[in-house]
Amino acid sequence: MQTRREMLHHSAAVAALLAGTGLLPTAAQAAWNKSAFEAKTLAECVKALGGGVPAESKDVSVTGPDIAENGAVVPVGCASTAPGVKRLLLLVEKNPSVLAAVFDVTDSVDANFNTRVKMGQSSNVYAVALMNDGRALYAVKEIKVTLGGCGG
Amino acid sequence: MADPMRIRAQVAGDKATVRVLMSHEMETGLRRDGAGALIPAWFIQEVSAAHNGKTVLNAQWGPSVAKNPFMQFSVRGAKAGDKITVMWKDNKGDSRTDEATVS
Repeated sequence: MQTRREMLHHSAAVAALLAGTGLLPTAAQAAWNKSAFEAKTLAECVKALGGGVPAESKDVSVTGPDIAENGAVVPVGCASTAPGVKRLLLLVEKNPSVLAAVFDVTDSVDANFNTRVKMGQSSNVYAVALMNDGRALYAVKEIKVTLGGCGG
Repeated sequence: MADPMRIRAQVAGDKATVRVLMSHEMETGLRRDGAGALIPAWFIQEVSAAHNGKTVLNAQWGPSVAKNPFMQFSVRGAKAGDKITVMWKDNKGDSRTDEATVS
């Protein structure tokens, strides 16, 4: 049984450690979610970010080429038309860690982001919208890769 | 200090489309060099964007984002002459901030 004093002492020590490694940003919301980025499946990753069971939805879309010649640079986009989106995620199913990027949606930006990702091999790419009410909606697209982007 | 970002922000209707090209190696930590030793991971972890000083976007990236990352997003209510600031921070603690004017 820990006393309250010990608890406080420990949390202060942990906070100091985090600050020392530069892992504690000024805004807690912007903290890099290590467990989400180490997740190996879509469900694990959504869970690590506090979402529910993922469900496919027409309100979310993922854009990208059908065939990417070079896996090192694959242009992909994620968008959602549903109201109340909190975060948009981009995932590549067969990469060593599935999560590629997380975008926090605010009132001032559209829920529509484009970027470029690396793909080790042909795989499904997911766009996941985490809603304010905890739901997780996703869309999927298969992208074929001619030349993988993760080798030397 | 890393090379500057290239930021272009253009008005499109009642919002501005912002395109950012960053200069970064984005090493995954899984590749090996010629001698077979792992090249340590080195990638951008956090990206944020501000419109006239107000944060409008926070993003977290993993090593799957391509080398010299590109990002595109739209800022609602941005007009010509407004300032768009983009900041990134990598896993080594290096960071860079650049600013562009909406045109």
